[in-house]
Amino acid sequence: MANLQTKIGNLVFQNPVITASGTFGYGIEFADLVDLNRLGGIVVKGTTLAPREGNNYPRMAETPSGMLNCVGLQNKGADYFCTHIYPEIKDLRTNIIVNVSGNSPEDYAACAARIAELPGIPAIELNISCPNVHDGGMAFGVTCSGAASVVKAVRKAYDKTLIVKLSPNVTDIAEIAKAVEAEGADAVSLINTLMGMSIDIERRRPRLSIGTGGLSGPAVKPVAVRMVWQVYRAVKIPVIGLGGIMNAADAIEFFMAGACAIEIGTANFIDPTVTMKVIDGIDQWLDAHHADSLQDIIGALEA
Amino acid sequence: MKKYVSDLLVNETERLHEDYVLLRLTDPQAPLPPMSPGQFVEIRVDESPSTFLRRPISIHYVDRERNELWLLVHIVGDGTRKLATLRKGDRLNCLYPLGHGYTVPDTPGQRVLLVGGGIGSAPLLYYGEQLLAARCTPYFLLGGRSRKDLLQLEEFCKLGEVFLTTDDGTAGMQGFVTQHTLWDNAAYDRIAVCGPKPMMKAVAHMAHERDIRCEISLENLMACGLGACLCCVEKDADGHHVCVCQEGPVFDTGRLGWK
Repeated sequence: MANLQTKIGNLVFQNPVITASGTFGYGIEFADLVDLNRLGGIVVKGTTLAPREGNNYPRMAETPSGMLNCVGLQNKGADYFCTHIYPEIKDLRTNIIVNVSGNSPEDYAACAARIAELPGIPAIELNISCPNVHDGGMAFGVTCSGAASVVKAVRKAYDKTLIVKLSPNVTDIAEIAKAVEAEGADAVSLINTLMGMSIDIERRRPRLSIGTGGLSGPAVKPVAVRMVWQVYRAVKIPVIGLGGIMNAADAIEFFMAGACAIEIGTANFIDPTVTMKVIDGIDQWLDAHHADSLQDIIGALEA
Repeated sequence: MKKYVSDLLVNETERLHEDYVLLRLTDPQAPLPPMSPGQFVEIRVDESPSTFLRRPISIHYVDRERNELWLLVHIVGDGTRKLATLRKGDRLNCLYPLGHGYTVPDTPGQRVLLVGGGIGSAPLLYYGEQLLAARCTPYFLLGGRSRKDLLQLEEFCKLGEVFLTTDDGTAGMQGFVTQHTLWDNAAYDRIAVCGPKPMMKAVAHMAHERDIRCEISLENLMACGLGACLCCVEKDADGHHVCVCQEGPVFDTGRLGWK
């Protein structure tokens, strides 16, 4: 048994395997299938101050080794989360992280402040990278000034662990990471989905209701690993890696590139128990390679 | 209803004709869990490079005596073609039972019309059997393009009276299910439909006109099957998006505002 513990600021994770926002609901949807208390953390569905209906159907298109989605942050709002969902999940023995989104820096800050009232939520993940909403979302995440403005507003309203989820739809992701670090982010997570498109050639129409969507799954993994490596070398704050992780070997690639933890997203759709297998697989890999601790391989890329 | 993910064993496969295969799956270790008619299974299709996501397939029948779960698969793409090549002894990874199914009435004696279009007849076999077990009477109205698209007729006939329509007139009355003469004098307590959406909307309309409660089953594109990804949504009567995989796939037409 290697030591799988990892830390983001002062927040301790029992292992580095976290579920990605929008792919694991609120955890309870998977309770029959997964021992939720074994997870390093759960990032729950993107939450906004006001309820959102999201985009029209169809919202999903299967693509080679991946999928596009344009859900558009459908959620019942921060108040509903606090009163109806939080009581159901607050006693889980894992870190529950709320993914927070908004349409202005003030809106993000107000949502973060509402979540800050919940003692069982030790961290939020700021979503400045959703490609599927017009007002806000990725609009903030693609410029250094936009990203900085949101983090600055939220940092004032939120004093627990603040993770900022970055968009890959930028020229230089390391610059964005540095901008959010400078405003006080405790960690960055990357990558959110890559903007993509798929066309039904018989109907001459896009497969998704809003035309474009976010690509996830193994198709994006090499891009994600590259970006984690670039960001790891550019900032001092911890990096959480995600993008197409399907198994423990994929996770270890991210650790070597510099991630101190990973998130698993789309793979939950293929195998709802994948997180358990990845935790066990990381442990076995470390044992087989005579490593006592996960920390031994973080950023251990020889290049 | 508790959900499971497990490798079920293929007991038997039967090619009903070129486009359809019947899979009989079993769990050699344990009795299959409780399942409701209208619920579905998310199947992982291995060794099909273009099939990344699981495929939702409705529960066709549960044979408790033989501990078998039956799936009726319409071969439409690479993934379902792969499923059709399965042989006895192969394993199939199944996530099940998912969603909410058809209502089995608490009061015996109800007359329920089960309307199926093409492969949409699949869940109605198990529903018919469960209705019989609840001492209700199922009547089946099954439609298809042609004689060969009417599947498992012998099985349906064991459960109740069967009415047929085909587009080309090769079996039953020629025309759509909505054109069958049984509608002239339809005295049913409930109607359940599964098939193409335009057909379900047409039947829902006829049920509404006759003031008969009607349930339909949707097959929106989905990823997780567990209510997590929110990809498979349908608008309810109030315009709110509801997950087909979790709150459906079976909905009362009133919930969706279909009239």
